[in-house]
Amino acid sequence: MPMKVSNESFNNRVGEGIQNTFMRSAVSGAQDRLETNRQLATEELGNWEEWRSLGEEIRQHVLANLDYYLTQLSEQVAARGGHVFFAATAEEAQVYIAKVANKKQAKKIVKSKSMVTEEIDLNHYLEEHVGCRVIETDLGEYILQLDNDLPSHIVAPALHRKKEQVQESFQRHHHYEGSERPEELTKHARKMLRDDYLTADIGITGCNFAVADTGSVCIVTNEGNADLSTALPKTQITVMGMERLVPTFEELEVLVNMLTRSAVGQKLPSYVTVLSGPRQEGDVDGPEEFHLVIVDNGRSEILGSEFQAILQCIRCGACANICPVYRHVGGHSYGSIYSGPVGAVLSPLLGGYDEYKELPFASTLCGACTDVCPVKIPLHELLHKHRQTIVEKEGRAPVSERFLMSIFGIGSSSSGMYKFGSKVASSVLKPLTKNEQLSKGIGPLKNWTDIREFPAPKKERFRDWFENRQKGDD
Amino acid sequence: MKVSLFATCLVDMFQTNVGKATVELLEHLGCEVIFPKGQICCGQPAYNSGYVKEAKEAMKNMITAFDDAEYIVCPSGSCAYMFREYEKVFADDAQWSARAKRLANKTYELTQFIVEVLGITDVGASFNGNVTYHMSCHMTRLLGVKSAPFTLLDNVKGLTYTELPNKTTCCGFGGTFSVKMTPISEQMVDEKVQHIIETGATYLAGADEGCLMNIRGRAERLGAHVQVLHIAEILNSRKAEVRA
Repeated sequence: MPMKVSNESFNNRVGEGIQNTFMRSAVSGAQDRLETNRQLATEELGNWEEWRSLGEEIRQHVLANLDYYLTQLSEQVAARGGHVFFAATAEEAQVYIAKVANKKQAKKIVKSKSMVTEEIDLNHYLEEHVGCRVIETDLGEYILQLDNDLPSHIVAPALHRKKEQVQESFQRHHHYEGSERPEELTKHARKMLRDDYLTADIGITGCNFAVADTGSVCIVTNEGNADLSTALPKTQITVMGMERLVPTFEELEVLVNMLTRSAVGQKLPSYVTVLSGPRQEGDVDGPEEFHLVIVDNGRSEILGSEFQAILQCIRCGACANICPVYRHVGGHSYGSIYSGPVGAVLSPLLGGYDEYKELPFASTLCGACTDVCPVKIPLHELLHKHRQTIVEKEGRAPVSERFLMSIFGIGSSSSGMYKFGSKVASSVLKPLTKNEQLSKGIGPLKNWTDIREFPAPKKERFRDWFENRQKGDD
Repeated sequence: MKVSLFATCLVDMFQTNVGKATVELLEHLGCEVIFPKGQICCGQPAYNSGYVKEAKEAMKNMITAFDDAEYIVCPSGSCAYMFREYEKVFADDAQWSARAKRLANKTYELTQFIVEVLGITDVGASFNGNVTYHMSCHMTRLLGVKSAPFTLLDNVKGLTYTELPNKTTCCGFGGTFSVKMTPISEQMVDEKVQHIIETGATYLAGADEGCLMNIRGRAERLGAHVQVLHIAEILNSRKAEVRA
């Protein structure tokens, strides 16, 4: 399973995440900063809720007419001399891209950041089957690639790293002698990458949005690496998830605006790169050959299902930036390249419940993600739908839990049962009770009392008090 | 005004003082309080865990218990929201949808009811102490009650309010999450307790007994010097002291 990033169990991953104090301080610091910036940048518009409704409408319209827009896009790309390939699976995408690379006898490929290429594990495949070097040019990805580390956030892949760790990596791999100042670290990476851009045979990019009516792809960066990755190599391959479309430039403008404000609190990113196929007559730069690989890999199964809204996602990462669970466990705990609330919804859909059945339960359903989503994906409701599917359709809940819940069903619908249970609870739990508190619970209470005190049930329940009081009144 | 009290199962069994304070407060404000005896639990523990079938049994019991109510008032934003959610849960059920909708439309969280329905912003309470307040997620985001608790606390004589850092961040309760995902829940509630300590407040108030049990239970285990109270206990305090 290409999108999988760990062979550890969910509990072990979470345990490791919680123990990693370095990562946690990096993540919580970044979260606070990013969320403050997001609030300022969205409030600045004055009518953010109207923007959100518009964003939602655009994305829903595209999904409802996806067949039409995909046809239009591919026709436009072909009309400009580009090649379009529809990959039903990750494997089909890998094989096609490797075939192009082999034909070009590629020795070196430069890549700008792309989640879908992580999803299909493209780098490893190309290194193995083409034997070429694949160099990540996004600064975060560049840092991770040096240590064979993986992205922990969909927008800021190296969010879990601190600048001192980056300095150390550069020292280890490049004999870097500079300081840990971000400017200096960036300058070093820039210098190292310059030669790679000039000598690469192929540039591979992701795609923030494809514009159907012009056959263009739009890539948003702050480093300009997408421009260099596409302007210099002779061949360009752009890989996109099949839902990442807008009808025209008009909708593109709306969504790019919302994307960068939601992601990092910027009005605009440093670079909005729009490319329309291979170099045309009269163009001064651009690739000679252009391939657009449109990846399905499970998306058409989501389309038309009760989870369709997750395909509205524009990958801004705002949900992860506010998520209190992500804050404490970090992105790698999700076990998937898609982390945070969007990852907890998407990973089980693309990667299956065998790998990801715990993720929907790793949420308090607090709804913070739903509140910040720029395209109004009801994330916490989708997590709840997953839970229902896992319990009721898939029957994957533990037997002990199913038993407890069936008791709950009986106890909470039969007045007699509840009255009896709640009346005797105080006596039953008496042996475990000290100073009206339980410190060492058993059964399902144990996990509670492992870390917290639990109040002992009251001998006189509220309803008894109320009834006695009324009797007193009479 | 006749008010049917939806006390919640946690209050009925564990935090009976919150129920008593709620009754006294509503009566003080001129309401006649009724306690429909058939009520048990709103079904949320099962519903949120994915056991919708079991939850529906609990929900039908509640719909029946509160059928005749004029207003339903609940000292928990999360449980009140669950009643509102019934409309969606039974939307395709011809037998129950109309009744579920009626129930949803007459349900209010306590502070919401006082401010929005009774139109009262000063309940005449006095409470000497430095209080910070935790905004529960379901009440704030799902029920959409953001300002009512603050409006009421603002008018409590003697009370000093100190804002809680990251006041809208979840405390890590999440119902069964607290026992299914205990290690994560622990980190979340630890940060919450830390923020409470940072305020220097003597009291933490909230409007949801689930969240408060989580925060109180952890604060006690950690030996933190803070008293966790339900907002009803503060609003029902008229002699600058809290009922034990």
